[in-house]
Amino acid sequence: MMTKATKEKITMKETRENIKSWSQERPGDALLSKWYMIVSFIALLVGGTLGLLQGLNRAGLFELPSWFSYYQVLTSHGLLLILVFTAFFTIGYFYAGLSYTLGGLLPKVKKLGWIAFFTKVFGFVIAVVPILMNEATVLYTFYPPMAASVWFYIGLVFIVLGVWMSAAGAFISVANWRKNNKGQILPILSFFATGVFVLLTFSSAFVATEVFMIIPWVLGWVDTINVMLSRTFFWAFGHTLVNIWYLTAISAWYVMMPKIIGGRRFSDTLTRVVIVLLVILNIPGGFHHQIIDPGISEPIKYMHAYMSLAVGFPSLMTAYAMFHIMERAGRLKGGKGLFGWFTKLPWKDARFLALFIAMAAFVVGGAGGLVQTMHQLNQVVHNTLWVVGHFHVTLGMTVALTFFGVSYWLIPHLSGRILTKQMNKLALFTTILWTIGMTVMSVAMHLVGLLGSPRRTSFTNYAENATALSWDPYLIFLAIGGTVLMLAVLLQVYIVFHLMFRAPKGVEEFPIGEVEENASPTPYWTEKWGKWIVIMLLVIAMGYVIPVVDMIVDAPPGSPPFRTW
Amino acid sequence: MHRYEKIWLTASTVIIIGFMLIIGYQAFALDMGPPSGQETIDPQNVEEHPPFDDTGIHQIGENEYEVVMTLQIFSFDPMELEFPEGSTVHFTLTSKDVVHGFQIAGTNVNAMITPGHVTTISHTFDEPGEYLVVCNEYCGAGHELMATEITIK
Repeated sequence: MMTKATKEKITMKETRENIKSWSQERPGDALLSKWYMIVSFIALLVGGTLGLLQGLNRAGLFELPSWFSYYQVLTSHGLLLILVFTAFFTIGYFYAGLSYTLGGLLPKVKKLGWIAFFTKVFGFVIAVVPILMNEATVLYTFYPPMAASVWFYIGLVFIVLGVWMSAAGAFISVANWRKNNKGQILPILSFFATGVFVLLTFSSAFVATEVFMIIPWVLGWVDTINVMLSRTFFWAFGHTLVNIWYLTAISAWYVMMPKIIGGRRFSDTLTRVVIVLLVILNIPGGFHHQIIDPGISEPIKYMHAYMSLAVGFPSLMTAYAMFHIMERAGRLKGGKGLFGWFTKLPWKDARFLALFIAMAAFVVGGAGGLVQTMHQLNQVVHNTLWVVGHFHVTLGMTVALTFFGVSYWLIPHLSGRILTKQMNKLALFTTILWTIGMTVMSVAMHLVGLLGSPRRTSFTNYAENATALSWDPYLIFLAIGGTVLMLAVLLQVYIVFHLMFRAPKGVEEFPIGEVEENASPTPYWTEKWGKWIVIMLLVIAMGYVIPVVDMIVDAPPGSPPFRTW
Repeated sequence: MHRYEKIWLTASTVIIIGFMLIIGYQAFALDMGPPSGQETIDPQNVEEHPPFDDTGIHQIGENEYEVVMTLQIFSFDPMELEFPEGSTVHFTLTSKDVVHGFQIAGTNVNAMITPGHVTTISHTFDEPGEYLVVCNEYCGAGHELMATEITIK
């Protein structure tokens, strides 16, 4: 009779062999994900460099040339890091996850993945050229009635088309797996992927609607545009995008982190409940970007504050789950007492450290987010540098560090190489450097934002105004933080390309955590995605039907296009 | 579910609902809701619509003023306002072109000014001094120049 231990050993060995064969047997799948990663980290390099230029300019240390203004830099920085870095990483990561957990991508899915890749790259090129030519200096939010070159919007259309194609590929993979595995529960990583692609599909429908309002207006086929409606559609997309990154990041916390620290996953059912809740509750959250807009009544704003705060609930569930996983793993390794388990965690493993700091940052970032959803506090910080500090903690730390942590195993895994001890050390150093830079910068941004310093503003003292001069010392820290971050960006990009092309050959593990030993089976109702999507649409309808109808029926005369730069 | 988890989730629910009750109470009982002006205007003919045919400061009571102001790239009309200490000022604002922001640093006055809508927001200036007013929404190449001052004597 086989003992449990030998059984486990054999499974481990089999898994190892499976891992080995994964990128060798399916080099096409690995290649697709690798290209998504390459584009993602090139975007980080360029976008990060532009970020440094902004930080230096904002602190008054560096004057940008007239042919590449602060606002052009800001538009490119936003587009590269918010749309390219994150989206390409997310798709590359989940396509690898789908291939790994569902047993390979279907040929047509791979084809869709590639078409999506080129469609998006094409879209970005079309959108970036007018930015560089100063024909689309409208920032990544492109609020009408500022009107950019029509090519900018056409580029966005291609980007959205690419997103939809990649989502279609993911849905086909999942549907195919379910057909062949009737009655079974979708592997957890693919469940996360389903949630992310559902959100991507529905949220980008809003921005697509906005862009289709804008294009005829920019071309002069219609004279005016409904400004408030376009803003509302933008944020239905913009805010959801933020939560898509967040959902991607927590997939690594729930699924990979337990394996990396030698523990077990949190309750599979509750993990799926968190995913479903984040999908259902997300899209109406966009309204809290418009708390101090005119034309939206107070009761509607109040309802939306509620809908935004509701997202806090699955996040707090996640906070509990993460510490539960870490404590269990630490105690398993012999950690004693109230905090003994904490010291037993693998702090010298970059794959873990980056994830841990990402989570710690989310405690701060999440709290800041709750603050911003509330009417009165939002009014204090809206459009100040506080908000910029907030999303540099959330996107810049929680999401980016999670992506870094994932890159340390995913990229060598894809390229058939390993993360060596030396590279792990460099990755630890990069993680710490990034943390220092981002902390210095975002703390300064939060503080100076509270004092009233506006975001999205080139260097200015407002004619030597005393209040504005008192902000300058804080702004210096933007430059210091930005410089440290630039070093970390360079190191991170070096690590990524080293792991992709230079590191020694070998097999790096794709760490998928296992459920707890005495776990009860996951009920099948969690799989009812059709039902979740219907509920999601109902929640969206609850949030949007009344205000959108109001905005259309009681619309003021529209605005003609303006070019103010 | 673990007992600790139940406690944690209960606490989470209580906190979130607590937030809601507090902001609802402040918004509707204490009248501290965010600026949400419902009036609309033709953004291409702002000067022809009252009250914007007569921009400037209008005294409407003892120590109470209405400021009718338009925002346009890259200025406020009127600029350089002055009020006695303790004045309550009601701002009525609209944009003649793109989206602007209206923020008085060091106060809670912060609102979006979108073309086609009229934003209203009030503040009582209890402290004398010079207040910096800035546009805090990117509005074009000269956005960083769009500022003025309110002097309270």
